[in-house]
Amino acid sequence: MAEAQDQSEIFRGTQAGGALRDARSVQGTPAAAAPAFILGEELADMADADPRVVALTADLASANRLVEFKARHPARFFDMGIAEKNMLTVAAGLASCGYVPFAATFASFCALLGAEQIRTDCAYPRMKVRAIGHHSGISMGFYGTSHHATEDLAMMRSIADLTVVCAADANALRAILRESVDHPGAMYIRLGRGRDPVVYGEVPALRFGQAIRLREGRDITIIATGAVVRATLDAAALLAADGIEARVLDMHTVKPLNLAALEAAARETGAILTVEEANIVGGLGGAAAEALVDMPRIPFRRHGVPDEFAPVGPPAALYAHYRLDAAGIAAVARETLKRA
Amino acid sequence: MNPGSNSDAFLADRARFVRTETVRLSRIAGAGHYSSTFSAAELFACLYYDHLKLDPANPAWEERDRFVLSKGHAAIGLYPILADLGFFAPSALDDYTRLGSPFGDHPDMKKIAGVDFSSGSLGHGLSIGLGMALAGRIGGRDYRVHVMLGDGELHEGQIWEAAMAAGHYRTQGLIAIVDRNTLCIDGTTEEIMSVEPIEDRFAAFGWAVSRIDGHDIPSIRATLRALKPAGEGKPQLIVADTIKGKGVKRMEMALNWHVGNLVGQDYDDVMAELMGEEA
Repeated sequence: MAEAQDQSEIFRGTQAGGALRDARSVQGTPAAAAPAFILGEELADMADADPRVVALTADLASANRLVEFKARHPARFFDMGIAEKNMLTVAAGLASCGYVPFAATFASFCALLGAEQIRTDCAYPRMKVRAIGHHSGISMGFYGTSHHATEDLAMMRSIADLTVVCAADANALRAILRESVDHPGAMYIRLGRGRDPVVYGEVPALRFGQAIRLREGRDITIIATGAVVRATLDAAALLAADGIEARVLDMHTVKPLNLAALEAAARETGAILTVEEANIVGGLGGAAAEALVDMPRIPFRRHGVPDEFAPVGPPAALYAHYRLDAAGIAAVARETLKRA
Repeated sequence: MNPGSNSDAFLADRARFVRTETVRLSRIAGAGHYSSTFSAAELFACLYYDHLKLDPANPAWEERDRFVLSKGHAAIGLYPILADLGFFAPSALDDYTRLGSPFGDHPDMKKIAGVDFSSGSLGHGLSIGLGMALAGRIGGRDYRVHVMLGDGELHEGQIWEAAMAAGHYRTQGLIAIVDRNTLCIDGTTEEIMSVEPIEDRFAAFGWAVSRIDGHDIPSIRATLRALKPAGEGKPQLIVADTIKGKGVKRMEMALNWHVGNLVGQDYDDVMAELMGEEA
C-alpha cells in the first residue's frame, strides 16, 4: 500500500538538501526548477465552472496536489483513505449520477490494484470515471517494484471501452483534463511524477486519438508517450547533429491508437522507434507492433523497460540504466537505423 | 407506484411470481441461480412494490431511489419485477440469455431499463451505493440507495473498505440489506469463512444495524418504513435472515441448488409446489 505519502516532499523536490536525485528531471534540470504538479489546481479551476467535476484520492492528496482541489471545493473532494478499490468503485457510483470523478493515486495502485474496478465498474458500464495513475513507470525509483508501474499500459490497453492517455508534461495534462470532461466512457490517465520536464510551452490543442507531431523528420519516426517525450525530443536534437532527421510524435493516446499517424510514419520516414516508460510488452510498442504487422515491413523497434522488474535506484539513474534518457534514446534510434 | 398501498397478500403473491419466473427463465437458459433468488424473493417484493421511489416511465429520474443488486446472480429474480412494473415489456424476457439478449445471468445497466448499476463481481456494490449516496449529498437530493448483499459476499475485502468509508462519511441514506441465507457454494458461510457477528462488525464500522426475518413480509415492510431519510448519520444495515432456496422443499438449504436446471417432471412439480404455496 501507499505508505510513501509522507515522503511526498521528495516528489516536490523541496526536501531539505534539495539535491535529492529523485526530483531531477530526465535532463538534469535542478530540482528547484521542477515544474509544478498542476493536477489539483487545474481540476479546481475546472470545478469552478463545471459542477460535475469531483475529485477523489487514496491518502495521497499531498503528493498529487489534490489538496488544492480540497481547499477550493471541499464538498466535492473525497479522500477515501488507503483503499484504492473502493475509491475507484465509489467514483463509478458518482459517475452513474452524472458526475465526472477524477480519482488519482499512484499508478501502481490505481491500475494494478484497481484493474478490475476500472474494468468492471468504470469501462464496462461506460462510466465517466477518470482514473489517474501518477508516478507511473519507474519514476518511483528507489521505492522499488511495489511502487513501480510498468505493466499499467498493457493492462489498461486490454480493457474494452477504456481510453488510455499519457500526459507528457503539465500543459499536456491540462489539455487532457479539459478534454476529458466531455469525452464519453471511462479513461485511464497516466502521469509521470507530475513534475515532468516541459514539452509544451502552452496548453496544446490535444484531441484524443490524434498524435501530436512535435518535430518533422524524414529518416525515422520516434513515437513516444508520457514523461519520456521530452527526452525523445532531446534525442532528436542529438540525432540531428549527426545528420539524422527524426520525426517525433507525442502519442498521448495509447488507446485508441492513431493508426493513420503510424501508417504515415511508416510510409514517409521508413523506420519507427517507440519509446515508453513501461514494459515493452503490451504497451505503446506492443500496440504499434500489432498495427504494423498489417503494414509493409519497415525497421521497427520497441524501446522501454525490458520485461523484468527494475532494480532500485534514483529515477535519473534508472532512466540512464534503461537508456530512456536523451543519449540512450538517440543511441537506440541509431541502432534501429543500422539494422535497416 | 404508491408505496405502502399494497397488501401483504399482494406482496406475497409478487414473491411467488419472482420464484415462478426464476424457474421459467432458468429453463430457457438451461441453468439458473434458483436458491439465491428464492431467499431474496420477499425482500425484492417489499422493496419494489412497497418501498422504492421509482418511475418506470422515467428510469433515469434523478430523484429516484437507487437499488444496487450487489449479489448480481439474483438478477433472474429482479428482471421479472422490472418487467411487471413496466420498465420494459415482459415478452423481452422470453429469450432470456439467448445470443444478443439484454438479459444475462448478471445485470447490465446499459442494456436494461431499471437496473441502476451493472453487477456480478461480488464485493463492488456497496462502494457503488456509497458513490451514489455521496452524489446525492453533493447534489442536494434526498433519494436513498439500497444495496443488496449476499452473506458470502461479505468475504470480499472491498465490502469492508466501503463499510468503513460509509461510516466515516456518515451516509445515512445508504442502506445495506444482507440476504443472510447462510450458504455459499462450498458450504455454510460459518464453515467456509465465518461472517458473524454481522451486526457487531458493521456497528463497529459506524452503522445503525437491525436484524429481521427476511421472509416475514410485515416485518420487512415495517423495517423498511422505519429507515431514516438521506442525510448525515449512520448508514443503515438490515440483516435479513433467510432460507436459501425458500419455497421449494428440495432446494431449501441444499448446497447443490446454487446453480441448477429444472426440466421435465421436476419443472412441473416445482411449479405446482410454488403455485400451491398460495392456496
